[in-house]
Amino acid sequence: MLKLGVPSKGRLMEQSFDWFAARGVRLARSGSGREYAGSVDGVDGVSLVLLSAGEIPRELAAGRIQLGVTGTDLVREKLAGWRSDVVELAAMGFGHADLVLAVPACWRDCEDLDDFASIAREFRLAHGFRLRIATKYHRLVRAFLSAHEVADYQLVDSQGATEGTVANLTAEAIADITSSGETLRANHLKILPDALIHSSQATLLANRTAAEAASVRELLLRLGVHAG
Amino acid sequence: MIPRTAKAAVGRRILDAFLAAGAVEVAPDILLPADTLLDLYGEDIRARAYLSTDPIRGEVVLRPDFTVPVVQMHMAQGAEPARYCYLGEVFRKQDHGDTRPANPRDNEYLQAGFEMFSRDAGADAEVFALFHGILAPQRLTATIGDMDLILDAVRGLPLSQARCAMLSHHIWRPARFERLLDRFSAPAKPRVFAVNGAPWTGLRSEAEMAARIERLETARAEPVLPPEWRERLARLFAVAGPAPEALDELRVLSDHMPAIAEATERLAARLDAIAARGIDPGTILFDASHGRRTMEYYDGFTFSFTAPGREGWPPVASGGRYDALTKVLGQGEAIPAVGGIIRPGLLTELERC
Repeated sequence: MLKLGVPSKGRLMEQSFDWFAARGVRLARSGSGREYAGSVDGVDGVSLVLLSAGEIPRELAAGRIQLGVTGTDLVREKLAGWRSDVVELAAMGFGHADLVLAVPACWRDCEDLDDFASIAREFRLAHGFRLRIATKYHRLVRAFLSAHEVADYQLVDSQGATEGTVANLTAEAIADITSSGETLRANHLKILPDALIHSSQATLLANRTAAEAASVRELLLRLGVHAG
Repeated sequence: MIPRTAKAAVGRRILDAFLAAGAVEVAPDILLPADTLLDLYGEDIRARAYLSTDPIRGEVVLRPDFTVPVVQMHMAQGAEPARYCYLGEVFRKQDHGDTRPANPRDNEYLQAGFEMFSRDAGADAEVFALFHGILAPQRLTATIGDMDLILDAVRGLPLSQARCAMLSHHIWRPARFERLLDRFSAPAKPRVFAVNGAPWTGLRSEAEMAARIERLETARAEPVLPPEWRERLARLFAVAGPAPEALDELRVLSDHMPAIAEATERLAARLDAIAARGIDPGTILFDASHGRRTMEYYDGFTFSFTAPGREGWPPVASGGRYDALTKVLGQGEAIPAVGGIIRPGLLTELERC
């Protein structure tokens, strides 16, 4: 039996169900709609597992589910060396979100990453500690800033309401997911245009080993997905 | 698999040589408070070291190197001159990119080290000769560098102090360094700094921004870096080869870059002192960019010993001078310091085949 992991709630779940339905596979949440169990119609040998989107990468890597739907940002953030464990099969065209670096909109002298790097250095000299960036995407942000040789910053963990950290004086900048940028604007932050850290969307993924199995290949054929 | 006990035995042999050189053995904690290291290395340390949280002590880190705790210990209670040696595990993690390496590097290995706090001008040569003597049977490639040369060259560029300081700060980040050079080599484009209606938010103050905008405006009037200076800098970074030939090249370069003349003569004196200890400088490679690829705390002489034919191996031994680090960790005090480490595990592997 193949196990397919799908986000357990919200728009991501509904849009995943729509995506499969458009390809002849009907997924549904069973029972009252509060139960985290599901049913699969239109194809045999597949069972639905409803999971938190953030746990799907780990479950895929471990092979406890063979297929899964989640954002590419979560895959890269949660799995070190993700390509060794999972394969991206198809971008699904929804759940678009960009991981961006944002600074106070009032920083008129900060228009790109070079400005940011030099502001970070000056901030550290003036305040005696490294400029703080609030985020929950530690690995992605660190890898991006390291690749662009930005120093003099530190990451502070923020698992929610990240946009508020600047006004609360617990961070000077933030790195977070945004789709419309509206929350950023409401909190008087602006996006640095050359600091798009990752552009994410909902993606169908498979465990690397399972991707070779005949049952998986058959299902993909059925879904019209041509895995590379 | 080489048993741990065999590596430890090689480590103790190295330690004995350090003790014979007058060092006192020290044993810093394995679990260190993370704040000093975090401030020193920034986020890089999180990618490279194992951090954990103690409910009372806050963030702690599994010892990623000995230099910092040894310097802290010396600055807190040591009397100079002092020599210390140590043998113990360090822990380094590899935050690999998209693909996991087939053969991940050891995340726990022994280091045997020697650190010398001394105002003696011959300290660099003494430490280098000590390491050279211990490693001699392995016929390793010895490479030396000198961050003094590079830092003096940058300080000597015909640019404002502020611009020179920016360049020095990013010496270890080659792409950012080149971007800064690009910027300083062309007339600055006027910038608008458009006023927007956004209310002030965050800890960085309006005055800090105003000061930076003013600096950027003033800097526009600064003359650009003439291309020949950039060329000279590139030539300096590229100097590499047997130490005596490299020294000749540096002397020629210093005719055009007077700022490096003093450091060049200090290098000459260091090579003489190394020769006086029975090592032929012709067998040592000098690489001007050597220190740019090492830890950021080295600010003078640097050295490493690598095993030829072992691609992908880290240096078997490495070290250098870190005067500025003692100042950062010394709360106002500072003392010249030079030291290095040998990896007994790699030495054991070399000795076995």
